[in-house]
Amino acid sequence: MHPTPTYDERRRNFDWSLAEQELGYAPGAKINIGWYCSDRICQLGHAAKPALIWEDNTGRSRTYNFDDLRVRSDAFAAFLLDQGLQPGERICLFMDRLPELYIGFLGVLKMGGIVQPLFSAFGEDSLWTRLDNAGTAAVVTQMKHVRKVRRIRDRLPSLRKIVVVDAEDAALKELETPLALDSLPPPANFQVFPSTAETPSVLHYTSGTTGQPKGAQHVHYSLVSQYLTAKWVLDLRPDDIYWCNADPGWVTGTSYGIIGPWSNGVTQVVLDAGFNAENWYAFMAKRKVTVWYSAPTAIRLLMREGDELVRRFDLSNLRHLCSVGEPLNAEAVIWSEKVFGKPFHDTFWQTETGCIVITNFPGMKVKPGSMGRPFPGITAAVVDPKSGEPRNAAGQVGVIALKPGWPSQIRGYWNNPQGYAAKFAGGWYLCGDRASIDPDGYFWFVGRDDDVINTGGHLVGPFEIESALLEHPAVAESAAVATPDKVNMEVVKAFVALKPGYEPNDDLELEIMNFIRKKLSPLAMPQVIAFVDSLPKTRSGKIIRRILRAQEFGEPVGDLSTLMND
Amino acid sequence: MPIDKQMILDYVIREYLEEDDDTEITYNTELISGGIVDSFSMVSLKRFLEKKYNIQIPDADATPEAFDTVNSIAALVERFVKA
Repeated sequence: MHPTPTYDERRRNFDWSLAEQELGYAPGAKINIGWYCSDRICQLGHAAKPALIWEDNTGRSRTYNFDDLRVRSDAFAAFLLDQGLQPGERICLFMDRLPELYIGFLGVLKMGGIVQPLFSAFGEDSLWTRLDNAGTAAVVTQMKHVRKVRRIRDRLPSLRKIVVVDAEDAALKELETPLALDSLPPPANFQVFPSTAETPSVLHYTSGTTGQPKGAQHVHYSLVSQYLTAKWVLDLRPDDIYWCNADPGWVTGTSYGIIGPWSNGVTQVVLDAGFNAENWYAFMAKRKVTVWYSAPTAIRLLMREGDELVRRFDLSNLRHLCSVGEPLNAEAVIWSEKVFGKPFHDTFWQTETGCIVITNFPGMKVKPGSMGRPFPGITAAVVDPKSGEPRNAAGQVGVIALKPGWPSQIRGYWNNPQGYAAKFAGGWYLCGDRASIDPDGYFWFVGRDDDVINTGGHLVGPFEIESALLEHPAVAESAAVATPDKVNMEVVKAFVALKPGYEPNDDLELEIMNFIRKKLSPLAMPQVIAFVDSLPKTRSGKIIRRILRAQEFGEPVGDLSTLMND
Repeated sequence: MPIDKQMILDYVIREYLEEDDDTEITYNTELISGGIVDSFSMVSLKRFLEKKYNIQIPDADATPEAFDTVNSIAALVERFVKA
């Protein structure tokens, strides 16, 4: 057996065609992610291999092998077509982590639809914003969440169908149709949609500093880099049992919670339950998890529960650990080496990159606290965000930038070409995170270059929160900024000026928190509210968040002269 | 001050379930593990309890485990009310 190639060996003479060859894909040929994640694995002789082992907090479990994936996703696709849905239409998956979410994802792609996964904790305003922007034709959901869809459907002219996966005998309303995945008849001679490399596949919404969230448009060719990064960075091997903590409402949950493992023919396990340290360890022990892709917030919560708890479980099957979502602090890496006997490998990427772009490669020396080095095939630098000029000196801080052209780079923002154009400077794609590079080529995270709040690994846009705050009858004006948090890295803090007649008090604070939680999501809920008389503004009246954010982090505010004249 | 479990339960049902959601919740229902209250929403529940009982629950004690059921929440609150 050949030893695993080193990072430098992988980087030497790298070409993405290597992944194309492994996938049996020739440029110009048809490529459908749904087919590659199910039919192809069956054709390779692994039809009976478990693909998805699912369980929830009550102990219920369901198992699907790759042939089940193939048949059920075909049936799901045929069902959608029977409902009158067309290739190219946006079909939203709005569910908890049910098997229907994972298999439905493949089903939408197989019928040629653009799959739009949305986090099931979104409130009706967040849901409406994203469905309205995408002109979504159908929402596939469950009874627990269908009420949120019902409350906004009259304001969604494009919405024609609401599919409920667990309706059983429940009374459904107008536009609603039940779907029982495991009882759907296998379609005879189903033909997978003949998508090609540039056919749109997945639409994930991501937040920016300005405006409402943007729809990041992926294409089927993204498979090439998702397949290879899952194999090389997550180090997925045929006999692995893989667990990705991420919800498919976010890009990690699709790129590496569906496409990466299944295109590699790897068995994955899913726990549809909230966080509980003991349950997590018990789940990993019971399922004999070998590769675990988690997030710093979860790791820090586990650290808080102590070392003794870990030792009560047999986690000896764990072979490789990775982390994503926000910078992984050095203490978490050191802790994982102590309790699991191996370090978490930090990985950096974002919705727009579609795949891991900077990483601590398996076998590479892990420098605790570092993001690692660029994946082979990725050209990364830190640059001046205005000119795009690289800042080459070791330790010099700039914005992380990538040379465009890797397979899973998004092709644009949905109906927003200006927003996408603004992400480039000097021929570089700007990630929006500031970092420096050390003499060994390792990237070190410094902070965000904009006002976006990274809370628990999820990006939250201040504009969306501020817009929702203004809908509260007591709020005259507001600013939402990040404030440091030990577990979530950052949480939302809202500075709120009240209308005349309202007085700050604990009841009002709690009322505003719950107001945002229900309208937007728990992630967007301000965990701290500061009542103020007024907010810092430019001469033209624009609120300057930068001052407030800098104060929260104890950083210098910097030169405000140009801002004040904005 | 006695800990009013029913009041906590009513608050959870009112704030964290949809209006016409008839999911049955008892003092032992797993709120965090069961996905009814997530770790972010826990902050508003903690704030409610602090306000209601005029206490401060340190972040180190406000763990997902401590907030997992109405019973465990009541036990946590009782510690700080007594203190």
